[in-house]
Amino acid sequence: MLAWTIYLSFAGALLEAILPKSKPALARGVALAVALAGLLLAVACFAANTWQTRVVLTDVPWVPWMGIRYTLAADGISIVLVLLTGLAAVAGVLFSWNIDLRTNEFFAFYLALIGGVYGVFLSYDLFLLFVFYEIAIVPKYFLIAIWGSTRREYGAMKLALYSFVGSAMVLIGLLGSYALSGGHSTGLVDLGQANLPVHFQMWAFPLVFVGFGILAGMWPFHTWAPTGHVAAPTAASMLLAGVVMKLGAYGCLRVAMGLFPRGMDPWGFSFIGIGSWRDVFAVLAVIGIVYGALVALVQSDFKFVIGYSSVSHMGFVLLGLMTLNQIGVTGAVLQMFSHGVIAGLLFAIVGRIVYERTHTRDLTELEGMYLGKRMPFAAWAFVIAGVASMGLPGFSGFVAELQVLVGSWYAKPWWTAATGVGIVVGVAYTWRALQKAFFSDRLPRPDEHPKTGWPKFDAITWPEATGVGMLLAASLFVGLYPRILLNVIEPAVRTLLAGGVR
Amino acid sequence: MNYGDLFRVTLPETVLEIAALLVLVIDLGLLRKAALKTRAAVAVLLGEVGCGVALLTLQFQAQGGLTYPGSRDVVLAAGGSAAVAQTGLLVLTVLSLFLLIDSTFTRHVGEFVAVTLMAAAGGMLIASAQDLLVIFVGLELLSLGLYILTAFAKQSGKSAEGAMKYYLFGGMSAAFLLFGFSYLYGITGSTNLHRVMLGLYSANAAQAAPLEYLALVMIAAGLGFKVAAVPFHLWAPDAYEGAPAPGAAFIASVSKVASFALLISIGTAAWHVFDGMQGRVTISAEFHAQSGPVYLGFRSAWGELLMVMALVSMVVGNLAALAQTNVRRLLAYSAIAHAGYILLGLAFFSYGPRSGQAILYYVLTYGLTTIGAFGAVAVVERASGNADMDAFLGLSRRNPLLAAVLLVLFLSLAGIPPLVGFWAKFNLFAAVLAVYPAGFGLGLVILALAMSAVSLYYYLQVLKRAYVMPAVDTTALKANPVTLMVLVLIAAGVVALGCFPALLQGWMQSFYAGM
Amino acid sequence: MKGIPILTLLTALPLVGAAISLFAGKHARAVALVTTIAALAVSLVVWTNLPPDGSIGLAERAAWVPSLGIEYHLGIDALGALMLVLSAVVTLMSVDAAHRAHHQPNLYFALVLMLEAGLFGSFTALNFFHWFLFWELSLIPAFFLIKLWGGPKRGPAATQFFVYTMAGSVALLLSFLAVYLSTGTMDFIQLTGMARLGFLEPAVKAHLGPVMLWLAIGVLAGFAVKVPLAPFHTWLPAAYSEAPSPVTMLLTGAMSKMGVYGFLRIAVPIFGPQIAQIRTPLLVLAVITVVMGAWAAAAQKDLKRVFAYSSVNHLGYCLLGIFALAVPGTSQALQTSQAAALNGVILQMFNHGITAAALFWFIAMLQERSGGEREIDHFGGLRKPAPVMAGLMGIVLFSSLGLPGLNGFVGEFLIFRGVFALSWVSASISVLGLLVTAAVILTVIQKVFTGPVPEKWAAFPDLHGGERLAMVPVIGLMLLLGILPQLVVDTVNPTVMNLLANWRFF
Repeated sequence: MLAWTIYLSFAGALLEAILPKSKPALARGVALAVALAGLLLAVACFAANTWQTRVVLTDVPWVPWMGIRYTLAADGISIVLVLLTGLAAVAGVLFSWNIDLRTNEFFAFYLALIGGVYGVFLSYDLFLLFVFYEIAIVPKYFLIAIWGSTRREYGAMKLALYSFVGSAMVLIGLLGSYALSGGHSTGLVDLGQANLPVHFQMWAFPLVFVGFGILAGMWPFHTWAPTGHVAAPTAASMLLAGVVMKLGAYGCLRVAMGLFPRGMDPWGFSFIGIGSWRDVFAVLAVIGIVYGALVALVQSDFKFVIGYSSVSHMGFVLLGLMTLNQIGVTGAVLQMFSHGVIAGLLFAIVGRIVYERTHTRDLTELEGMYLGKRMPFAAWAFVIAGVASMGLPGFSGFVAELQVLVGSWYAKPWWTAATGVGIVVGVAYTWRALQKAFFSDRLPRPDEHPKTGWPKFDAITWPEATGVGMLLAASLFVGLYPRILLNVIEPAVRTLLAGGVR
Repeated sequence: MNYGDLFRVTLPETVLEIAALLVLVIDLGLLRKAALKTRAAVAVLLGEVGCGVALLTLQFQAQGGLTYPGSRDVVLAAGGSAAVAQTGLLVLTVLSLFLLIDSTFTRHVGEFVAVTLMAAAGGMLIASAQDLLVIFVGLELLSLGLYILTAFAKQSGKSAEGAMKYYLFGGMSAAFLLFGFSYLYGITGSTNLHRVMLGLYSANAAQAAPLEYLALVMIAAGLGFKVAAVPFHLWAPDAYEGAPAPGAAFIASVSKVASFALLISIGTAAWHVFDGMQGRVTISAEFHAQSGPVYLGFRSAWGELLMVMALVSMVVGNLAALAQTNVRRLLAYSAIAHAGYILLGLAFFSYGPRSGQAILYYVLTYGLTTIGAFGAVAVVERASGNADMDAFLGLSRRNPLLAAVLLVLFLSLAGIPPLVGFWAKFNLFAAVLAVYPAGFGLGLVILALAMSAVSLYYYLQVLKRAYVMPAVDTTALKANPVTLMVLVLIAAGVVALGCFPALLQGWMQSFYAGM
Repeated sequence: MKGIPILTLLTALPLVGAAISLFAGKHARAVALVTTIAALAVSLVVWTNLPPDGSIGLAERAAWVPSLGIEYHLGIDALGALMLVLSAVVTLMSVDAAHRAHHQPNLYFALVLMLEAGLFGSFTALNFFHWFLFWELSLIPAFFLIKLWGGPKRGPAATQFFVYTMAGSVALLLSFLAVYLSTGTMDFIQLTGMARLGFLEPAVKAHLGPVMLWLAIGVLAGFAVKVPLAPFHTWLPAAYSEAPSPVTMLLTGAMSKMGVYGFLRIAVPIFGPQIAQIRTPLLVLAVITVVMGAWAAAAQKDLKRVFAYSSVNHLGYCLLGIFALAVPGTSQALQTSQAAALNGVILQMFNHGITAAALFWFIAMLQERSGGEREIDHFGGLRKPAPVMAGLMGIVLFSSLGLPGLNGFVGEFLIFRGVFALSWVSASISVLGLLVTAAVILTVIQKVFTGPVPEKWAAFPDLHGGERLAMVPVIGLMLLLGILPQLVVDTVNPTVMNLLANWRFF
């Protein structure tokens, strides 16, 4: 049943492509229906199963003489990410309600991207995973290049090429492990049990990890992210930061760590405290956390702040993965979900609600616009989203970050210290952006604002309100009741850590 | 051997020749006064029928092929990779003939079709030939036909220029090839491929090593020209740009299939002779086993030559394509790049049919995609007068179906799943890595993947103009419905074969079953 | 009463009220009034249902995130219940004082109610996670209340308030994280038990090394910012004076008590020995707070700043009492003194809360009627045109001074009684604070109410009926508690004995 999320999305994409151009409302309706169907399916399947073990959805031969099978399966980690995709998909459609230019093509590419993402999360054959991963690249390019804003063609091409290079690296790892395991199968389970030689894992692990890490925004391969996020239209930024970056992190976890666990073993020598690939990537993750936060602190473009904050938050995820203990990796997966929702929310507010009305993203310009009074919905939604992003208890980010902190303490205490710095700077840049954009000190008090002299902003539309409400509710719900997700993530992580993909 | 056997084995070629003559006769005789469109339609129809019949007759070729009189050596192979190549070749000829409909570059449609068919016959011959002289004959037949096809657009200066370059270059390369063949004959005393290989492996050949290397280089030059590998590629951009669309499609697809089938034959013959397990030269029971020291020098030399050509083709082809503003030239350089990938597969050729299968799969699907690409480009060309990138501006608005076809085909060329181009690349690289998983093999595969990333960039440039950038001219772009239907069919095929690779691969497998 | 999760209900009530008032537009104040009155009623119900032996009752537990030791654990004893009642009363008074129609009332009252929810939540929480949640939750509404409705320098004041408190919170969080890593639990009761039995420090030493003192300092720092303790108090004068007076009522009446409560519920029970170790420097800081607070109040010309510093002084007594009783030993005399001091601290928390809130209520009235005037020197002789106000405010001022018979006296008396025995040096120096405070308050009374009436105040409006109705119960309470403190002490004392029994200082 869960596999239908993929098929429905692609069917929706095809349907959108042939819809008449003169009826954008129809295109929107179809897109919303398809996205909603996907979300409902995900929720229903989530509720219907305890997700204590892996559930196989489909397993048919595809290219028999190469041992490639069309295998779709899901465990706790997959279902959480599928839920995230469903949420982000519906929210993205809602926030794209106002797109008038070539609406049906927009939603065709959008749904194709969603289908590809669902496919990656549900694939249990490495080759199939790779195929879906590649399928997701092209719609991204067109979404940004056609409907984006600042430097969109450059941003789109950069994103496409970076993704392609990343996937090429993964392909090499795939080919290598396929060849070395005897060429019988590309199933994740089979490859996981293949006992690949250690020296192979030693170079395959970093290669595949970096390949996926590029998409996850790992420092220093993150440079596509701020440009891409700023260039992309709102729905695409939401998907990029919310879901696509998680594709990379998921690949790091499922493929790199699941198939090549020996690649993280100590090298036997150490250099300034770095003695294995695990140390290397942990250091890069920590750098990403701190660097992303510090750079976000000095940005003058609102969207860049959020873009760099995404790099910082993904650093948390990658650090959590590298702790290699139950609590850290669980925290990383929860952070994937949490950040997906919150980043989507932040981009929606900044891009869709603020930028569409004020036509500027420059913080200094926004400062003079009395937005706290004139756009109360956006201001307060950003306050709540901002504190959620900071990691306030009660929202999903707190438990996730706490788990990552605890996990990293158990692994290597100094990682925790550096991470703490990132959290503190995180509070700072969020607060700065909030102050400058909505509640600037330079302005008079709301009751002393000039009452006339500016054009009225459009009211908040129902799709915007629904989208914001939905995402906030999700973050709050998981924040107050994290066990609903932790209960399914923990068994999956336990299995993965115990013996790779089995 | 008797002439009856010869006739039976070369039945498809014969059918093609007869069809060619028939087209000429009917066009010149019966349809003298008819309109161009009618004549074109009839000629194409006859050509298709001819190809269709040839396809049918492929079934009836004798097993084991045609042998020399009084010997068991095979002159013309049948079954296995030869049959696959020939079938593919005929299908591609059918498709490229469709592009002739609604074209305005010539009034001599009958001649065009006839020459195409004759060139196809030459290609068929090459695909199955196992004798150096037969190879040469087939090569000449194919090449001369291609030169003429390139020159067919008499109104266009570019056509003449391209054909001239092609002809001069081709003539020179043919000379090199013949020269190399003659050396091989001199060293080994036979013109049969397998005998030649056997001879090259023997201790005698070791003494003639310098001559051997010279011969190999000559042959590499000659065949490299045919497949447009660097540094023998200089004719390609001009020829692809100047030739009329059906001709360009034919060059890009059929001649490649034939040439690579030939290279596969050479590779298979080389392997076929050497049994790694027993460490000595054995072929099949018909040949005598030879014991004694075995000279392998030529095999690694050949492999190295191909490797260098592959490397340079991949890099030069992709990098040069980045700078192009004319889509035809872009396709030419991309053809050079693809030739590089395939040469990689040939440089690391496996014992057993795996490499051969992967290469044929690649070149057949590439041919299919290329015909579609040239067809789509031709439609745009006809409407706007040239094939510059800017002619594609706003294509998604002007003719969404054509733009969608272009999207599918170009992405397949870039190697994006789930299109067939991706499978072809994956298959090929897997085969290369199966032979040589480390060192050079791995390094070249990595380079190939990197170059694929580069290729994505320039394919996206065209697609960007079609989809992203605003149109200069927003009038609808009319395309002939038959042409459009064929293009859609090709695109659908690319998608279907990509989603269900078992279809084509399974079909190919069936040919190898008997081998 | 059994089975009804009354503490959760109490915390949820203002949240629901906040949601309703967001959409209530002009009627937000009415909604807020109804909610706060209801909350007061529920808190009184809680007060009357406490276990008589002083232990923690009305417990509610539910598993939340077991892998992190996070549990939803609520419970209340007399200390917490007293704070609940205080919060309810102060919030009610604050809502009442905010009757001038200012901009966006729906948002204003929603934030106030959220703040009340934060207060209720932190006074009933027994597990670090949701205690911290509510601690942080109260920060956000307070920030916005200052920022959006405050005076001319509200921006920097709000930011300073936020940064200081956030820094303290981070220190708290990190220290507690370290404790969790060493013990695997975040439950206050369990940690107190471990500390009492002497297992806590060895556990921390085993996991992290000899950092227990640093963890204690981290926790202390977090609360020290909130109360505040000198030298972490510098955010307070700006915040109190820039915030609108009703908000200042909340800040001084209730939020500062969160800090003291934190000392009593968390810092002292868990880190008792460490506090005993650094008792002397802490006492010094407390004494400085007391004396400096009083002296600084004397130097101010702005009414709000006078009483801001005066709050610092009064809360300094609480801290004085807490630090003074951190002495290891089991003698009867010691226990009596400790009990006296602790009773005094708790009473002072309540009494000061009421008194300070009432004080700022009157200041709000003064401001309103005088068109925003806050300088002491610009008032004068208001006794004539507004005798009722002068009378009632006088009572409140005398209570703040510590006049016997009014509630302010009892707490201070008990604290001094205890501290004199525990650390006579600190007590002696702190008496200075009492004297200076007396001088300050008398000066205020003299300058504002007595003397010749300037022209512009001749028609100064007095309190009208509704306002009298609002204040009379409060004043009555002050008198009642001043004359019959045992009404409260009888319920508080068992809890005090319980707390002392659970605390360990060696």
